Formats: sequence, structure tokens, C-alpha cells
Amino acid sequence: MIAFDGVSKTYAGRRVVGPLDLSIGRGEFVAFLGASGSGKTTTLKMINGLAMADAGRVRVDGRVVGEDPAPALRRRIGYVFQEIGLFPHLTVAENIAVGPRLAGWPAARIAARTAELLSLIALPPDIAARPPAALSGGQRQRVGLARALAAGPGVMLMDEPFGALDPLTRDALGRDYRALHDRLDLTTVMVTHDVMEALLLADRIIVLDDGRIVADGPPGALLADQDDPGVRQLMETPRRQMKRLEALQRGDAHG
Amino acid sequence: MDDRFAAAWALLPSYLSQHVLLSLCALALGFAVSLPLGVAASRSAAVRWPSLFAASLIQTIPSLALLAMFYPLLLALSALSQAWVGRGFPALGFAPSLMALTLYSMLPILRNTVAGIRGVDPAAAEAAEGMGMTAAQRLFWVELPLAAPVIMAGARTAAVWTIGAATLATPVGQTSLGNYIFSGLQTENWVYVLFGCVASAVLALGADQLLGLIESGLSDRRPWRIWAGAVGLVAGSAAALSPLLGAPAAAAYQIGAKNFSEQYILADLMASRLRAAGARVSVKEDLGSATAYRALVSGDVDAYVDYSGTLWANVLHRRDNPGRAAVLAGLTGELKRRDGVTVLGPVGFENAYVLAMRADRATALKIASLSDLAARAPGLKLGSDLEFLSRPEWTAIRSAYGLAFARLTSYQPTFMYRALGDGEADVISAFSSDGRIAADHLVVLADPLGALPPYDAVILLSPRRSGDARLRRALRPLVGAIGVEAMRDANFSVDRDRDKLGPAQAARVLARRVGLER
Repeated sequence: MIAFDGVSKTYAGRRVVGPLDLSIGRGEFVAFLGASGSGKTTTLKMINGLAMADAGRVRVDGRVVGEDPAPALRRRIGYVFQEIGLFPHLTVAENIAVGPRLAGWPAARIAARTAELLSLIALPPDIAARPPAALSGGQRQRVGLARALAAGPGVMLMDEPFGALDPLTRDALGRDYRALHDRLDLTTVMVTHDVMEALLLADRIIVLDDGRIVADGPPGALLADQDDPGVRQLMETPRRQMKRLEALQRGDAHG
Repeated sequence: MDDRFAAAWALLPSYLSQHVLLSLCALALGFAVSLPLGVAASRSAAVRWPSLFAASLIQTIPSLALLAMFYPLLLALSALSQAWVGRGFPALGFAPSLMALTLYSMLPILRNTVAGIRGVDPAAAEAAEGMGMTAAQRLFWVELPLAAPVIMAGARTAAVWTIGAATLATPVGQTSLGNYIFSGLQTENWVYVLFGCVASAVLALGADQLLGLIESGLSDRRPWRIWAGAVGLVAGSAAALSPLLGAPAAAAYQIGAKNFSEQYILADLMASRLRAAGARVSVKEDLGSATAYRALVSGDVDAYVDYSGTLWANVLHRRDNPGRAAVLAGLTGELKRRDGVTVLGPVGFENAYVLAMRADRATALKIASLSDLAARAPGLKLGSDLEFLSRPEWTAIRSAYGLAFARLTSYQPTFMYRALGDGEADVISAFSSDGRIAADHLVVLADPLGALPPYDAVILLSPRRSGDARLRRALRPLVGAIGVEAMRDANFSVDRDRDKLGPAQAARVLARRVGLER
């Protein structure tokens, strides 16, 4: 579905990504994990052409990114990011309808789709007519998700989508999205610096450091022993938290 | 007081409609140019800095000067178009005013468009791009709607500036609410000045409030406010412009007048005689001295009264003084030959540039002539009108008599007389036909060396109208008809503080007095 062939990207003489070879299959839920500056956001943005590779090729569905006009590519890809970027001059329903309008859907189909999405992302229908400013942070990110899904994309790109939310909202939204990913048969690439989020949501975790892949595998394999000291350190925290929680639970049981 | 207010009120539909038409066209044009330019400037620094710099630079030019500068420019363009396609266009009036005001309105709209678009939340811009909007969709779906309140705030500022500055279109021959202010200043009709100021202020504030309603509707997303503001603007403009619909097409004859009472009276006199002969006439008032002659040559004005000495020095650039009759004869031949302008004849009085003093001061200082004055000048202050010090007449008497004053100050003529009364000035540049010379007990200083040329008032006809029988028939009786006493009294009836007459009334009284009307 998505393929990187010898891709690299340079900013002001410094290589921030690559050389990178990577293939993501249809239906996969991939998390790019890494510290700030590891190149994970830039790598993500090269998939929908918001950043362009200096060398190598990125292909989506067999088409090379940059050969077709960018708008046509982006309309087939959902994009969600931490700041959400809801349009403040439009209502919730109008925000969700932007993608279908760009795709030239008739009004009746857009209206039906908007209602469908509100229920899909578990939002009450009466917020449809409200401006984004009247919503809570969690509700706003749900609308952002609905907007990205509205035109029925096959691929979803998510850049720290739940980063600004409180832990409870973040967990609920993460689980809801994982369910949607399975139900709608999406291919999802999510950038996060939160190890726990990556472990709990993704099928496959790709750890990036200084623009290069240092680990690539399913969550279970990454939690098990790793050669790379960086990855081992990265996995140390969730492992310790897990043990502590288990100990607490045992303590309660004896309690 | 009531008379003057009623007279000002009666002129309001015509002045207001012209003022609104001019402001509206300038704003629409300014908006149409500035908005795309602002969008381009928000995208590219290479457009942004030059365009903002140019718009700011225009803003530093005093608006009156900007308006005046367009006249020679358009005159040259009109001459080019005459040469290439055989058709010129009027270089006076609406066109130069529109262009100057359009330029003037651009800065706030341009600056706010750039600020509004560049101020759009980067997250919204990234979302728009990430969703696959084209550059045009991003502009019309996201950036312009989000920048709209800021752009409207710029349009509000532009509207207030333009409506205010449109009063300055009067001196380039475009009727506006400024006609009240300029003619009021000249004739010391403070009711007119105040009326003009209040009318343009009310208009500007009204437009500002309606645009403000639209602006707040845009920023709070209240469509009814946007509609209310828009309906108010359209209805207000339609009401103000309605007199134009009933107005006759462009007048057949344009009579010119410079910016002082005598000119207003004579222009009204000429216009009323033409009207009596069944012609449609309009008067272009408050023309600058050089502008008036150029407007006549180009046909923007068909007839006006000028003064032989002024034409001799400023148009023919002559420094000599061969005497009254020779100057008249020389002008008649030379203007015809050079510019095709017809000197129909002298009106009968002189309005010479003279130096005048209060009679008591002159007696005390024993000054009766310019020669006497030269000895005393280093201790005296000269007050002049706005153009005297840059005219050849001043150069001529200064060098002929060796005049060196302690101080030179220029005034608007009305205030020049006040300065003499207050002692701010000891000597002033006066006009010999001014009614205030007798009324203020002034003495005119003699010119024993004959340094000042004669200033016979003469009627000039444009090249286009030189063979026009109706115009000649209507104006010919004025030749030799008005003596200096009659003119002085007519001028004073307009300039005095109490029982003032309007120029049109004064023209009727004058016509009856000299037997042109019963």
C-alpha cells in the first residue's frame, strides 16, 4: 500500500530522514515511535506530499508521490494532527462535509454521510450545528477524525492525534479509533512519542532515531529483548510500569 | 444665518450625490485592485514589500497635492490619446479625483488583506492543504473567510479616509461636499464651511457604522448583521445618488472660476446669461490659476475671466511692461496664435496686484508709494496670498524697488486681511478690485516705476468654442460693462461679515446695476 524506496530528506544541509526503505501493507496499523527530532513527522508527511523526498521514491497505491497533482493524492488520504485545524468559521457539520464537497458529492449524500459519521465517532447529533469553539478538546478531536474519514479514504495519517488530550479521553478515543480502523478496513500510520499508546494500538511499531529505522516489529517482539540499546531503554519504562501494576494487583488480591 | 443655511441645504442633493458617486467609485476600484494585490502580497515577499512601500509612500503625499498632480498627468495622457486614436478625454473633474482617491484608499485595504491572510491559524491552513484543497480552494474556502473581518476593518478605514479626502476634489473641478468648504472659506461664509464639514463627517461616520455592522457580523458569524449593513449601504447610496438620475446629461457649456469671490460672481453672471439664452451650463469653481488656463486650452472649460497681467507673465512669460493697451493687444494676438484662445475683450475694470497698508499706519510711517516702502521694509512684515511670493510680479517689484521685508508670510486671502487687521502683517498683497480695500480703510501704494503690469479682467474663450455664436452673443455685452466701483461693491457684498450675499445674488445685483438686466 505504502512503500519507501531509498528515501532521504535534507533540511539546511542536515539529513533529517533516511536513507529509508519501508513497506506498509493494506490494513496494517503502524506506529512511528521516536523522540522529538527523530524524523517521524517528516516521514509521515512524505506519504501525502506535505513534505517531499530529496532522493528516492515514496509510492502510495502504486502511484509515485509528486508525479500526480498533490490535491488528488491528498483527497484519498485522511490526515489528522495534534492541533486538529478545524475551520473556525464553519459548523461541525460543515467541517465534516469539506472532504465530500471537495470530492464533488451531491448535497443529499453529504448530509447523510455527516450524520453517519457523527454516530460513528460517538458524538451527539445536536452538536452538528455548533461552531468548533463550543466543543471540548476531546469532542474537537473526534470531529477532526470524522472530517478526515468523511470522504472514505483508504489510508489514515495521524500525527500525535491524541497528544493534547487528558489521559482518560485519550484512552477512550484511541480505543474507539482502533475499532474504526478494523471496521472500515483502513491502513493507518500514526506518529507518537508515547510508547504505551504505540504498544496498545498498533500492530506494528517502527522505531526511528535520527531519521533511520532502528527497530521494526510487532509490539510483543519489541517488548521482548532487543539488541539496540536505545530501543531497550525505550521499552524499559512500560515494562517497569507493567510490573508495578501487576504487583499492585497482587497486593490488592491479598489485601 | 437662516438664508445661508437654506441656500446650503438646497445645494445638498447635488453636492452629496457627486460626493457619494466619487467616493463609492474610488472605494470600489481601490478594493478591486487592493484585494488581489493583497492576496498576492500575502503569498510572496517580492510583491509584499514593494506594494506596501508604494502604498505607504502615496499616503505621505498630502491628499490635495495628490489630487492636483493627476491633472497634468491626465492632460498628457489625453493629448496622447488625441494623437493616437483621435479622441481625448476630460482631464479635469471626475477622472483625476477618482484616480487620486483610489490610490489613497488602497493602503488600509492592502495592509489588512496581507495581515488577515497571514494571520490565519497555521493549523487551519495545514488542515486545508492536508485535505487536498487547491490553492484557490484554500483561498476562497478558508483564508478569505477567516481574514474577512480584518479586511473589512481595512475597508472601513479606507471609507472614512476617502469620504473625507473627497472634499478636496473641488479644486480639480469635481463637485463634492468640498464646494461648501472652499467657497465658504473664500467668501467667509462660515455657515457653508461648517455645513460642508458636518455633512462629510456625517457621511463618513454613517458609512463607517454600516461597514462596522458588516465587520462585526463577519467576525461573530451573524449573517443578519452582514445583511443589515449591506442593505443599509445600498439603500443609503441609492438615496444619495438618486438626484443624479433626474439630472440632465452633461452640461453643454462649462464656465470656469478661480477660487475667489470676484471669480464666482463673474462666472455666475456669465452662466446666467447663457442660461437665459437657453443653454445648459455648469460652473467649475475653485480652479487654480494655472489649472484654469490649461483647462481652457484643452476645452475642459469653455470660458472664464482671467487678468491681462497674469496671462502676460505666467502664460507668455513676459517680464516687460509696455502699457495697458499694448499688453491687451499683445495677448489677443499671441494667445490666439499660440493656443487658439480667443480674448473676447476686457470686462472694464482692473484687478491688479497691489501692495496695501492700513491708512493710519501708512500715514504714520509716511508711506505713499513702493519707493517710500522700500526704505521702511526691513522693519515691516509682508503678508501675501498663497501664490504671490512665487509669482513674477513679486520678483519684479522686489528687484525694481529693492524691497527686503523683515518677514514674509503666506495666508489664505481671507486670513491675510485678518492678519493686517491684527497687526500680524504691516503690508499685504491685495487686489485692486477688492471691496475690502475701501471697507477696511486701506491705501494702495503707488507704483511710480511701473513695475507691476496692468491687470485688465478679460473674458477668454476656449479654442473649441471660439466660433460659437450663442456663447459670443451671451458674453459680448459684458465687454467694457463693469467698472471697478461696481465690481468692488459686488465683491464686498459677498466678502463682508454681515448681510452677506451669495455669489449668485451678487451677480444679479451687479447685472442690474450695470444695466445688463432689468
